[in-house]
Amino acid sequence: MSEMTKYTVSASPHVRSAETTTGIMLDVIIALVPAGIASIFVFGLRALAVIAVSVIVAVLAEYLSRKAMKREQTIGDLSAVVTGLLLAYNLPSNIPLWMAGLGSIIAIVVVKQMFGGIGQNFVNPALAGRIILMSSFPGKMSAASFPAPTMGTMSSMTGATPMGLVNLSNGVAEEAPSLMEMFLGTTSGCLGEVSALALMLGGIYLIIRKVISPIIPCVYIGAVAVFMVIAFKFDMYAVAYEILGGGLMIGAIFMATDYTTSPITRNGKIVYAIGCALITCLIRLFGSLPEGVSFSIIIMNILVPHIENMTYPKPFGFIKEKKEKEEAKS
Amino acid sequence: MAEKKTLGQEFTKGLVKENPVLRLVLGTCPTLAVTTSVENAIGMGIAATIVLICSNVVISALRKVIPSKVRIPCFIVIIAAFVTMVQLFVKAFAPALDASLGIFLPLIVVNCIILGRAEAFASKNAVVASAVDGVGMGIGFTIALVLMAAIREFFGSFNLTLKVLGFGTQVSLADPLASIGIEPILIFILAPGGFFVFGLLIALANKIAEDKGLARAELKSCAECPMAASCAVKAAGEECAE
Repeated sequence: MSEMTKYTVSASPHVRSAETTTGIMLDVIIALVPAGIASIFVFGLRALAVIAVSVIVAVLAEYLSRKAMKREQTIGDLSAVVTGLLLAYNLPSNIPLWMAGLGSIIAIVVVKQMFGGIGQNFVNPALAGRIILMSSFPGKMSAASFPAPTMGTMSSMTGATPMGLVNLSNGVAEEAPSLMEMFLGTTSGCLGEVSALALMLGGIYLIIRKVISPIIPCVYIGAVAVFMVIAFKFDMYAVAYEILGGGLMIGAIFMATDYTTSPITRNGKIVYAIGCALITCLIRLFGSLPEGVSFSIIIMNILVPHIENMTYPKPFGFIKEKKEKEEAKS
Repeated sequence: MAEKKTLGQEFTKGLVKENPVLRLVLGTCPTLAVTTSVENAIGMGIAATIVLICSNVVISALRKVIPSKVRIPCFIVIIAAFVTMVQLFVKAFAPALDASLGIFLPLIVVNCIILGRAEAFASKNAVVASAVDGVGMGIGFTIALVLMAAIREFFGSFNLTLKVLGFGTQVSLADPLASIGIEPILIFILAPGGFFVFGLLIALANKIAEDKGLARAELKSCAECPMAASCAVKAAGEECAE
């Protein structure tokens, strides 16, 4: 009898990973810290205010909407903090604070909670919040009103993002910041997108911690590089400029890798990342907007279920059934 | 056939219980397209109501003459005749409305509410009942349009143009709100905002309907359709056309 007590009977799963949602989200927050610090350096304390407002409103919106829908409280998983941070990183530092809060409410209530909460959102909530703000307040969200950084060559130039200073016919404009400035982040733009260095640090941390797989960011950025090499006919300066500038880094590392809205399968990830890159390049080169990362990720988010269906891995030893055409005809 | 209703019931059912937009989910195309201002919504509502009443009356009067196999083309011809008349009137007396409604004015010809009422009601009810049904459904359509337009216009521009055919006034909160730094949320009067507000209104209507024990506006089968009792398609045992 004593032998039997050693064995407990329980329902599967029997082996659980030590990973928790809270742990993963905490890692993402840690990875986002360098970009936040960079933004405060570049744009001053106003950047901190935008970050604080969108994070606080996001958490509050999550709490209140879960309460209103009489669902289990989920603010403990920190996902609302990540959404708030990512949204703030996608806004210019001079945005009115109530707009940042409104963006958080849209992201959390409309895009996340109305579709069922964490793991159920159909597109990346922070990006959807940014796009809705962009189409609602073009005066505040367009590159023309972005503030100048407090240092670097662009410090005297309000109203130009690096992405507005490069085009297919002329390449990179002369007054554009140097590649080193783009890498460090002392340029104009949204809070979190300016410093490629800080974003890469965060990305490397996430890959080492195995929070994200390197497939999506590497393929996304790599494919953008390939498309741009072709588009700019081997003008490597312009290509480097396109990769370091705009929202590509933050998009590829933090937005496109969102678990809920990116494919699970390896091939699916590759297809998804190439699709993101293609749409990004098309919008940047031929669209009326200077930047296309957010739209491209949202469009590919919506296609994810189809990409997963197409790239469903074949089980070992699986033989494809022949289509019985005659039966289908009758 | 449903149990006999009084004329009063035929009128009121279109307002709320069988509201064409929020309960029957018909006529969604103009609902999404023209509800960018209350003025447009009222204009569209009136135009559609006039066409609906006239076509219901004529189709009901001719219901024994029209052969059932070619009834749809016959209905369309009758509806198109009235739409042309209304369109000429609007062009002549309210050119501004004509300009803002654009293609959606002639598109009343294929408005599902009008064809739906012709098929489901006017083609098998007496003239007076059909006219009353048309008035009720038309007003129900207008109410839904105005409700949606009021929400979209208010948030999208902080204005409310309470005008009927050019008469009336515009209430504007844009300036006082701008002075404290609050800008209108433009997306409400763009297409995505239209879909969003429409979705929320349908959700609200479903919630109210569920609380009252009615079917939701969600067509899984013919039997769940609020028009099931009077629908000719269901009676014929065919697939629901909607």
